[in-house]
Amino acid sequence: MSVTYLDAIRAAQEKALEDDPSVFIYGQDVGKFGGAFKATKNLAEKFPGRVIDSPISEDAMVGLAVGAAMEGMRPVVEMQFADFSTVGLNQMLNHAATTYWRTGRPCPMVLRLPSGGTPGSGPFHSQSMEAIYAHYPGLVVMTPATVEDAYSMLLEAIAMPDPVVFCEHKLLYYHLKAKSLPAEAVPAFKAHVARPGRDVTCVAYSAMVHEALAAADELAGEGYETEVVDLRTVKPLDTDTILASVARTGRLLAVGESWPWGGVSAEVVSRVASEGFELLDAPPRRLNAKDTPIPYHPNLWSAHRPTAVRIAEALREVLRY
Amino acid sequence: MATRTMDREVGKASSQAEQDPMERMSRAMLRARVLEDKLASLYRAGRIVGGVYLGRGQEGLSAAGGVALRKGDVLAPLIRDMAGRLGFGEPLVDAVRAYLGSKLGPMKGRDGNIHRGDLSRGILPMISHLGAMVSATAGVLLAKRMKKEKGFVGLTSAGDGATSTGSFHEGLNVAAVEKLPLVVVVADNGYAYSTPNDRQFACTDLLDRAKGYGVEGHGVDGTDPEACWEVVGRAVQRAREGAGPQLVVGRLLRLCGHGEHDDGLYIDKKMKSSDRGRDCMEVLRDQMKSRGLGKDWDRWEKEAQEEVEGAVKKVAEEPLPDPFEEDWRATAMVGAAEAVQKG
Ligand SMILES: Cc1ncc(C[n+]2csc(CCOP(=O)(O)OP(=O)(O)O)c2C)c(N)n1
Repeated sequence: MSVTYLDAIRAAQEKALEDDPSVFIYGQDVGKFGGAFKATKNLAEKFPGRVIDSPISEDAMVGLAVGAAMEGMRPVVEMQFADFSTVGLNQMLNHAATTYWRTGRPCPMVLRLPSGGTPGSGPFHSQSMEAIYAHYPGLVVMTPATVEDAYSMLLEAIAMPDPVVFCEHKLLYYHLKAKSLPAEAVPAFKAHVARPGRDVTCVAYSAMVHEALAAADELAGEGYETEVVDLRTVKPLDTDTILASVARTGRLLAVGESWPWGGVSAEVVSRVASEGFELLDAPPRRLNAKDTPIPYHPNLWSAHRPTAVRIAEALREVLRY
Repeated sequence: MATRTMDREVGKASSQAEQDPMERMSRAMLRARVLEDKLASLYRAGRIVGGVYLGRGQEGLSAAGGVALRKGDVLAPLIRDMAGRLGFGEPLVDAVRAYLGSKLGPMKGRDGNIHRGDLSRGILPMISHLGAMVSATAGVLLAKRMKKEKGFVGLTSAGDGATSTGSFHEGLNVAAVEKLPLVVVVADNGYAYSTPNDRQFACTDLLDRAKGYGVEGHGVDGTDPEACWEVVGRAVQRAREGAGPQLVVGRLLRLCGHGEHDDGLYIDKKMKSSDRGRDCMEVLRDQMKSRGLGKDWDRWEKEAQEEVEGAVKKVAEEPLPDPFEEDWRATAMVGAAEAVQKG
């Protein structure tokens, strides 16, 4: 028996629906059809009236969830692709995110975003949106990289009193497997040292954790020990765990699948530079996708995003300094 | 499905049977007008934090919505809904506090003026983004339905301009798909800020859109408070009975600028001097007089003046928000507050 990343997301929703009558799921094709990726398969049958098909109205989907959350429910909204959440951005950034601050009343809701690139998906079905959401106060942004985290962090997200953007990586949906669902979990706001090492710190999140781990394997063959830090949640950012790792290694590479202007990797480098300057033996570096829309053809796509090979190259440069 | 109810006789007949709502309308409208006149003068005196947006000329349509709702219902007011808020039961002092920036206000100085709301009273705090409140109100109603509450209604308003947003469309469409008890009251005052309707949409009458959404539509002369009560009251009743979303379009004019910073000189003079430019307060006063309630009207007006003066005086002495006392937390999480605050 094994569980995929997608199974974990489905199972977490099933458990949340079972445990808490205020949870409901809302999204395009999530009902009887079970969702574009089947993340809600069979849930509509099992929980009648609580797994609801929405029209293609991202603004209204999020707006409706905000209203329902204000009224004490815990909606989980599935975007068909993260990319389409731009249409609902206003309700998330200006409505969900400001509600607690303005009213003192919580707005507990989860926005599930099938995120990130897969071969052949092109400019509009590949985006990573975490940086845009993380920029706005009032939101929590999670980017699980493992099956275990997909499960436990989604449960935590649903239980939180705040609006959570849950970025699930589509590349991990079917291929990433674990033996079973976790019985216990690291709290969602703690970063995790996915691989310990003494020579260089590689901070990554979501699918990039796996590329970083592969790069670390490659460098191990060359005699370098890379410490891979999986951020897990990018807002709030667990700066302490990052700094503790840099204190051990003295070197930093921050990797993100999203674009190079600003974003999570920039935030990591900026924090380490300003709060941990004296820990560094080399200039902290970042590696991101290229600054173009995400290409369609796999030949272009695999050169657009950071891969184990490119991460290994960047790590070598940090190590050479 | 759309019905135009411009017949004032209808309004008269039924509201004579129920004096109470017209008295409530009168009081809400008088309190709103007196308060807004006061806010305008405070604005000119530089005593208001931020902008002032008034509902002058739109009190009748707005009040009808507030008065038609009851406890357990939800109101998502917009910028010209002082009368509706007061009619629904928002304390007048909340408005004064929001405008003067009192720390004791419903938003504690974190947000102000028209953006105030009180979820414990079923008043949603509007965000500025026009159209956004339609789906949020639908969400509250969906939640109430899931919680097995019964007999509730939600009402939100929009201007003619707000109907052009994608958000408005998505929200009304979703409400219609879910058959939610939502009433959307459109105050068609012919202008969105300075933009006249012919630059806003190409249909002749916004009411025609009801059919496209599959919702019931009601037109009303927004300058006639009795008719407003009749028509909005009926729309609320229809929603309560399970007839799904209701679109009310009231035709009127705003008898002021977009905000108090604006002189509104772009409003067509002919329109102003037409029936559409009537002041609903004068219409209502005559309506109440003809029912023999002229003296009551005068008394309500006096009471409103006293209430407003008292509230302004009281709020002027209240503490202002203090950045050193503010906790600067944008998330509700208790344990994780510190982590989140660090960002
Ligand atoms: C999405 C959005 N765009 C622009 C604005 C700026 N704005 C505030 S009120 C307004 C005019 C609104 O006109 P209308 O909806 O007709 O209402 P009215 O002011 O006439 O009551 C505009 C453009 C806004 N608040 N929201």
